[in-house]
Amino acid sequence: MSLVNYATREITCKIVYYGPGRSGKTTNLHYIYGQVPEDRKGKMVSLATQTDRTLFFDFLPLDLGTISGFTTKFQLYTVPGQVYYQTTRKLVLQGADGVVFVADSQARQLQENIESLQDLHSNLAEQGIEARSVPLVLQYNKQDLPRDLVLTPAELNDALNFRGVPEFGADALHGPGVFETLRSISELVLKRLSAPVR
Amino acid sequence: MQVDPRHRFDNFIVGSANRLAVAAARAVAESPGAVYNPLFIYSGSGLGKTHLMGAIGNHASGRGGGANLDIEYVSLDDFVEQLHAAIASGEGERFKQRYQRVDVLLIDDMQFLTGRRETQTELLRLLNAMQGSGRQIVMSSDRPPAEIADVDERLITRLSGGLIVDIGPPDFETRIAIMRAKCEERGVRFWPGVVEELGRLEFRNVRELQGALNRLIAFQTLGGEQIKPEDVLTVLGDLPEAKRAAEHGTRGVPAPNEFQSFVSDIATAVAQHVESWKARVAEAIAYWTGEGYRTGQLERLLDETAPPPNWESLLRGFGATVERLKALEQQATEVDAALGGNEVFRDPERLREAEILLDRALAGATPPPGPSAAFTRQGFEVSSSNQLAVRAADDIVAEPGKRYSPLFIHGPSGVGKTHLLNAIGNELVDGSGGATAVACISAQVFMDELIEALQDGTVERWRARYRSADALLIDDVQFVAGKERTQDELFHVFNALHAEGKQLVFCSDRPPRDLDGLEDRLRSRFEGGLVVEMQSPDRALREKLYARYLAATEHEPGPDLLAYLAERPMASVREIIGTVNRLVAAADVAGAPLTLAVARAELDPESSASARPATPAAVRAAADTFFLDDEKVVWEWTDASTRMLEELK
Repeated sequence: MSLVNYATREITCKIVYYGPGRSGKTTNLHYIYGQVPEDRKGKMVSLATQTDRTLFFDFLPLDLGTISGFTTKFQLYTVPGQVYYQTTRKLVLQGADGVVFVADSQARQLQENIESLQDLHSNLAEQGIEARSVPLVLQYNKQDLPRDLVLTPAELNDALNFRGVPEFGADALHGPGVFETLRSISELVLKRLSAPVR
Repeated sequence: MQVDPRHRFDNFIVGSANRLAVAAARAVAESPGAVYNPLFIYSGSGLGKTHLMGAIGNHASGRGGGANLDIEYVSLDDFVEQLHAAIASGEGERFKQRYQRVDVLLIDDMQFLTGRRETQTELLRLLNAMQGSGRQIVMSSDRPPAEIADVDERLITRLSGGLIVDIGPPDFETRIAIMRAKCEERGVRFWPGVVEELGRLEFRNVRELQGALNRLIAFQTLGGEQIKPEDVLTVLGDLPEAKRAAEHGTRGVPAPNEFQSFVSDIATAVAQHVESWKARVAEAIAYWTGEGYRTGQLERLLDETAPPPNWESLLRGFGATVERLKALEQQATEVDAALGGNEVFRDPERLREAEILLDRALAGATPPPGPSAAFTRQGFEVSSSNQLAVRAADDIVAEPGKRYSPLFIHGPSGVGKTHLLNAIGNELVDGSGGATAVACISAQVFMDELIEALQDGTVERWRARYRSADALLIDDVQFVAGKERTQDELFHVFNALHAEGKQLVFCSDRPPRDLDGLEDRLRSRFEGGLVVEMQSPDRALREKLYARYLAATEHEPGPDLLAYLAERPMASVREIIGTVNRLVAAADVAGAPLTLAVARAELDPESSASARPATPAAVRAAADTFFLDDEKVVWEWTDASTRMLEELK
């Protein structure tokens, strides 16, 4: 998809939050939504089950207003983390300009993080996209949990961040790390404006 | 209002939050009106908008050793007040003129524009005037233009049209740098670590930071003892920032306006990465699309990753092409109103097609004269005297332009050149089902038309008529000899058609080499094709022609009559027709059918009277006159001696 439309003077940017089930992707979006000033709030679409698990996907349109004469819109999506929603994940991933991988920092979730990351790569490959060409940021969520339950960002880095992409520790429930992650992925995506588009 | 001389670039601390704004401001100050016009700076209060605007003013006025730029700094409130005062005293015009003379206009506090319709209108007009004459406008506000409530949409787009930059709150390093600079300015020295401790507090703006620093300075100067880093929080205890810092330790929770700061960061990133050249191209696309032109050429430019080196000239070229299209369209509509709005006049990539369309329109309005339908190929009799020319003609009809182009037919008058030429033309037209445009014209008419076109100033159109023809057949081309301008035009038409593989046929009463006054460039071109001769009709042809022309009358010629007539030499077909008419008239007068006797009586009265046995009529006629001359017959001569004597007498 075309990120910058010079003809209509629009910038549209699709960012997908990816990660294993219960890692806090929707929580990220909820926090961002909570920070949007009242007058700018769009509608957050969340299709959740009764147990607060994402059933289909979440969609949060962010209208950033006119920037340098361009109407700038960000669209944040989450994918359902559970393994059996594979098709939905592929669908949501289509046309993504950037991906935030939200990892669960809990030590016992490490294997699921790794599997989900592999799943992301294979889904991208299936769509004929070179995974390295897609802007990616890692977020190690739930860093607020007691030290003995979670792995430190450094440990998670060793396990997950083999591409050396920007990584952020976060506490999506309370906010720290959420906007840092969003800012980082946005800048990566925008940087690609001046790089060739696939 | 004057710019505060203390506001300079060299004492403005640059950090990551204001780097873009400072870079833009410097660029504007270096060359006012040339880049980023208007420049719109927005930020929360106390972050350096006014300082930056002052710096632009001071730098611009000091630039180039006093270029005497007229620089005006005004806050919007003052502007409104001046406007009202001017209108009240009836000097509205003078007010406008005064501001239009300003080279660099700096307007502060644009957010007060809300709801002031009159000021907005005035400002819009002023912006247009200033931008039009390349004067710089710098504006500042506490929010981006789109968020200033109740402002005319047109004004918003003007404000957004240049560059919009924001200044964020200073980061830690910038805060430290600002405070160090302030301390130096005041000549105050703090205990190591005090400034850093103060810098750790997240002040929303520089003014508050300065207030806190002032407080520390006052405390230290009045108290007489050096403040230690651990005392900082105590001294500033009742400031909200200090309270927050004390509650949460140095880390602190995220600032409440996280979203705002995110948006301003993104704005910076967008401003860096959006390519201005593409924005220009996109503007052009939007403009020309609005005007109704196809912009595929420019749209492809947007797919380029790097600016093509000639993109600016491409843009200009596009404009020029559109102008050309407009001109073509206008010409075309003059000829044929239905052509107005034709697709090809809307797509610069189809300029060539448009030109062709116009040519066709001009040609179609008055097509060049075609061949006369009276002369058909069927009606043309072939014999050995003209068969070469006829075979060449048949060949070019089968494959126009491929075999012999040009075909040059020469021969004496009345042998059928014109007939053959028109027959070729008719065959060409019929062979293509009428699709071929054949120009068939005598050189005399060609020349007359040219003269007329020269008179009317429509030479272009006249030329286009012939150039759009699929075949050009010119009769009596010997008439162009010695006519310089006609030869010149013929030469160009010849070349244009020949280059496109069109068929050319010329007729003349003599071969090209004998045409005196024909330019060599034309002569060589005529000779470059096929030159064939048509001779006077031979016996076989004469017989055929007599048979045909007599058959067309009510007289049935007998074979003896035909043989008699065919024997008589004739220089041209025209003479044969003349003879036929004469015979038919004679028969009618006599009231008898046309027989050999009648013909002989009409054509050879003497020989038929003496009724001598048949020697060929022509020989006999010649011989008779010879032998009937008294003086030439020996036995009728008078006595030579008498005659001599007589003469001597």
